[in-house]
Amino acid sequence: MAHELGSPVVVVRDVEKRFGNYTVLREVSLTVRRGETVCIIGPSGSGKSTLLRCINGLVPISSGSITVGGREVADAKLDVRALRRDVGIVFQQYNLFPHRTALDNVMMAPVIVLHQNPAEVRARAEALLAKVGLADKMASYPGELSGGQQQRVAIARSLAMNPKVMLFDEVTAALDPETKKEVLITIQALAAEGMTCILVTHEMGFARRVADHVYFTDGGVIVEHGTPEAIFSAPTQARTRDFLDKIL
Amino acid sequence: MTARPLAVLLPPRPEPTAPRLLAQTWLLAALVLALCAGTAWAQAVAQQTGRPGALAIMLRWAPLITSGFLLNVMVSVLAMALGTLLGLPLGLSLIARTRPLRLLGWGMTQFFRNVPWLVLLFYIMFLLPFELHLGGLVLPVPAWFKAVIGLALPVSANVAEIVRGGMQSIPEPQWSAADSLAFTRWQTISRIILPQALRRMLPPWMNLYAILTMATTLISVIGIQDGLTLTRAAIAAESRPELMVPMYIFLLLLFFAYCYPIARLTLALERRVQVRI
Repeated sequence: MAHELGSPVVVVRDVEKRFGNYTVLREVSLTVRRGETVCIIGPSGSGKSTLLRCINGLVPISSGSITVGGREVADAKLDVRALRRDVGIVFQQYNLFPHRTALDNVMMAPVIVLHQNPAEVRARAEALLAKVGLADKMASYPGELSGGQQQRVAIARSLAMNPKVMLFDEVTAALDPETKKEVLITIQALAAEGMTCILVTHEMGFARRVADHVYFTDGGVIVEHGTPEAIFSAPTQARTRDFLDKIL
Repeated sequence: MTARPLAVLLPPRPEPTAPRLLAQTWLLAALVLALCAGTAWAQAVAQQTGRPGALAIMLRWAPLITSGFLLNVMVSVLAMALGTLLGLPLGLSLIARTRPLRLLGWGMTQFFRNVPWLVLLFYIMFLLPFELHLGGLVLPVPAWFKAVIGLALPVSANVAEIVRGGMQSIPEPQWSAADSLAFTRWQTISRIILPQALRRMLPPWMNLYAILTMATTLISVIGIQDGLTLTRAAIAAESRPELMVPMYIFLLLLFFAYCYPIARLTLALERRVQVRI
């Protein structure tokens, strides 16, 4: 996707994350610019999801630096709620609030957290749900929706906060091929509109089509990165080639 | 996107409750039978000795015993209300992030859950004054009011555990999702976690209420004119040992008639919670 790329929104520098003696991330650095779509690929357990959770402060980093819109995530004085208002995250298991309707799920955070006018939020939430193709499911409870529909509600729920960047954590991994496509189309449309997106994904075809930049991680380090063309057609590292050979 | 039929994963059907229902019906039948048999036996004894019929005596005392029973019900309702009011914040303190608060809540919960209710009742009886002086005003503190407080304490500790258990039964990703949408901890608890947990807390809460109702007969020991005290008084007044059986069974049946529907409703709710979630 060719856009005008703006200033850096997310800058990750020399990040290390340890759980006890186990190092999940080592010397990880990456930069995501405004409007850019970045895909992180790699085998399971390579620390991809942990990296995303570090970016919105759900998981604290052990050393290094992450800034989001100039705000240092590792700062002890960080206003973590201000950070999370700017960073939307969508999880593999959707994690919708099962006791509220689809529309309520989208409306809750802007109304409760941002104290925005409920009538205005409602109009925006309805527009967002229509945009993700769920205009007819607004009054449905999560339990009444398919996985793909729930995931699209989750995307709308994050977008309702008007985030500066969206994180997608293997959002199609739990879906069947049909519903997977609906979700990928939604994300692609979002990327095309210029939303800054960071995706952890196993959808190589999608990554190749949509990403501006692809990072390949293995064993907690970034093995190589580059344009989708470079990574998928001419990987320079043996580990990248092995991985792509295995799955493609 | 076109609507397509949703895949609905049905939870396993709960075990049919027929055997249980049957057992409870038999129990009820046995109690009624015992009441009839007891009354008949007492009636027979009365006829031999030429004294007034047991049935007539039962009917004479029934309103008084029932009024005592209603006091039990009132005390149980008030103790449950007060216990829930206290138990909710106590339960929240059990998952508080500040350690001193958590420890305080833990200590109170453990203490009141692990001491005998009757001893607590005695303690509160002697601890609280029989009248309160507010300026020039003298407010009497009735014994039943002290009983309500004495019973509300262990109830609150049990409610606290129900609250804690209910909240911890909500999967962790619900917290992550709320965190990532910048909810404060209190917003997460009040808007996301508690509303979901309430549904799961209701059956054990009702179960606790049924147990409390039956335990209210403890207050007879501290001299309150409840159902049990009045039944004993009635038996003593008649000084006819053969009346003991029907009189006590009458009281038992009053409690049973009150608690059994609660137990049934609890069971039905439990089943619904299983299906909904």
